[in-house]
Amino acid sequence: MRLLIKNGRVIDPASKTDEILDVLIDNSRIANISKDIKNGSSQIIDATGKIIIPGIVDMHVHLREPGREDKETVLTGTLAALKGGVTSVLAMANTNPAMDCPESLDILKQIIKKSAKCNVYICAAITKKRQGRELVNIARLKKSGAVALSDDGVSVDEKVLFSKAVKKAKQSGILIICHCEDLRLSGGGVMNLGAVSTRLGLKGIPRESEYKRVERDIILAKETLGSVHIAHVSCKESVDIIAQAKKKGAKVTAETAPHYFTLTEEAVSGYNTNMKMNPPLRTQADRQAIIEGLKSGVIDAIASDHAPHTVNEKDVEFDRAEFGTIGLETSLSLGITELVDKNILTWPELVKKFCLNPSKILKIDKGTLRAGADADIAIVSADKEWTVDKKALISKSKNSSFLGRKLKGIVEYTICRGEIVYKYGIHR
Amino acid sequence: MTNTAWTRKDLLGLEDLSREEIELILATAETFKEVSTREIKKVPALRGKTVVNLFFEPSTRTRVSFEVAAKRLSADVINIAVETSSVKKGETLIDTGTNIQALKADIIVMRHNCSGAAQVFAQHVDLSVVNAGDGWHEHPTQALLDIFTLKEKLGKIEGLNVTIVGDIAHSRVARSNIWGLSKLGAKVTVCAPKMLIPAGFEVFPAQVTHNLDEALAKADAVNVLRMQFERDGQTAFPEQMEYFRNFGITEERIAKAKKNILVMHPGPLNRGIEISSEVADGQNSVILEQVTNGIAVRMAVLFLVAQARDRKNAIANKKRPRN
Ligand SMILES: [Zn+2]
Ligand SMILES: [Zn+2]
Repeated sequence: MRLLIKNGRVIDPASKTDEILDVLIDNSRIANISKDIKNGSSQIIDATGKIIIPGIVDMHVHLREPGREDKETVLTGTLAALKGGVTSVLAMANTNPAMDCPESLDILKQIIKKSAKCNVYICAAITKKRQGRELVNIARLKKSGAVALSDDGVSVDEKVLFSKAVKKAKQSGILIICHCEDLRLSGGGVMNLGAVSTRLGLKGIPRESEYKRVERDIILAKETLGSVHIAHVSCKESVDIIAQAKKKGAKVTAETAPHYFTLTEEAVSGYNTNMKMNPPLRTQADRQAIIEGLKSGVIDAIASDHAPHTVNEKDVEFDRAEFGTIGLETSLSLGITELVDKNILTWPELVKKFCLNPSKILKIDKGTLRAGADADIAIVSADKEWTVDKKALISKSKNSSFLGRKLKGIVEYTICRGEIVYKYGIHR
Repeated sequence: MTNTAWTRKDLLGLEDLSREEIELILATAETFKEVSTREIKKVPALRGKTVVNLFFEPSTRTRVSFEVAAKRLSADVINIAVETSSVKKGETLIDTGTNIQALKADIIVMRHNCSGAAQVFAQHVDLSVVNAGDGWHEHPTQALLDIFTLKEKLGKIEGLNVTIVGDIAHSRVARSNIWGLSKLGAKVTVCAPKMLIPAGFEVFPAQVTHNLDEALAKADAVNVLRMQFERDGQTAFPEQMEYFRNFGITEERIAKAKKNILVMHPGPLNRGIEISSEVADGQNSVILEQVTNGIAVRMAVLFLVAQARDRKNAIANKKRPRN
């Protein structure tokens, strides 16, 4: 099948492309990108006035399957992804069973084969049952197809064990993703410790619980000559520590999530449980530091940390609510609204954070539009506005921090491996 | 008696109230206080209405005070004590609320150990919700009765120096008092060991000191909070004796303070821990008057929220097409 996208602004940082071009897709791959490609027997999409970018690679997604299909499934999660222009997701390991052995990976691979609507990469656990006691067999999991390792949801507390994991991961050529949190410091907290937690009478999570662990993980990675990726950076000190480490040549990369560059702890006022996440929303100064970190390149990637939870788990007392917000459907629009529109990032820089950098970090062959690459593409109307409406969300769970918020940028088409899998409002 | 100035169907905290609203509650309480001195201590203001005391955390004092207040207004009262453990097992807070709503109750008086619980609850039910204490957040009727007592004894609130001593970090009584007093023009000082003043405390309109003598020097009144030493296993907690030595309200300390300083305590007392028996039972103490005033203040609150809800419902019914 041939598909010709005409006359769109093609943004592909990998090839330093940013101009009005046509894109020809042939048999699931990009065949040609140039001006005025002649119309053969192909289907045509007129992309005049629209932006053509590589499909987004969201490297932090909780698809919840197997185990918590009431929150999300591979099917509903990947459908939500397509609506947000996301064509590749990294599925986190905190499923039930956890992704800690080849047999569990096989279960997930079967589900993906049967029901995934976009590319799903698997992040395996670092320790068995994510309990921080015994390492998984890293080499075997890599062989089974895992592209990264993380106990996300918790950090590996044991220094020696974590160092060993970094070493083995290096030998196997697989990435370690760190959920940086010292539970001894944050245990029992439900929001950022500070003025708002004090006013609301909620137990606070001190920022030390994050940045001290960022510091430790980077030091241990350096000692073992390995590399680490820091997930969901939320506070200023973490940005500073990563910046210093990078300056000294440490092999560290980092991601943040849209809620950390958009919202602050003030959003928790009113005890809105959709604003409860881990790490928690921080202060305006932290938000500013995250924005600066994105601008300077200290923070390499934007990932949603899509964390679906049922109504029963969110519509409760703030103390008892689960941590997390969904994000697949709003991520790109928040990037456009908060970063591009406010002149913090240029479009090519935004595309780097969403597409190219995550692909590089995960060492997967995605995130680019060069000829020969997989035809994973999002076509975006950057100026169209929409309001996040609970009823219109595709995700099985509706716990979005952005309900009712007006955002800029809608995805007109999502193309995955050469096929139009989503056309504004309609999944195919 | 109608008060069109009061439009809230719920009382969730004092942070959101205006000075005028607080003054209106105090004035209403004053008229209700007289009822408790009559031979027949009853007015028909809430006749036919049902008040549910929904307590997720045991508190005999507050519950009884609300019960007496509701009965003196001729309301029917139902007491529900919910075991927090059974809540964890199944029925959610919202389920509990909608069930009580289905019983056609009018007012829920709610005590809960989670901050914000009353607010979440009020969003899901259309009956009136009165917060009788939520976690560390607010306990508005306690602060109102404290303020009412102060005003009754000293004639005004504006310009008073009020000191609050004790576990500020975990105290809903302190938070509500700070909001209420500062809105009425009092100067509030809080006094506690460093570790009991929470991070970001600057958001509150209050001075902080760790020296009790300094805190008492200018005070027209001191509100002594109940100390709980067993709270969530915190380490490095000051020992009880050391606490009493540094922060206990004793006769010697009161002797050095202003002559007519008022001593208040929300109860129940820990004699010999935060306050000595001599002070608790002494001339400066208004602790029992606080209990009496609690009934008048709670009558006022129940009355005002019920009236506001009735008015809202009447307007909603009028707007509804009649065919
Ligand atoms: Zn995490
Ligand atoms: Zn996560």
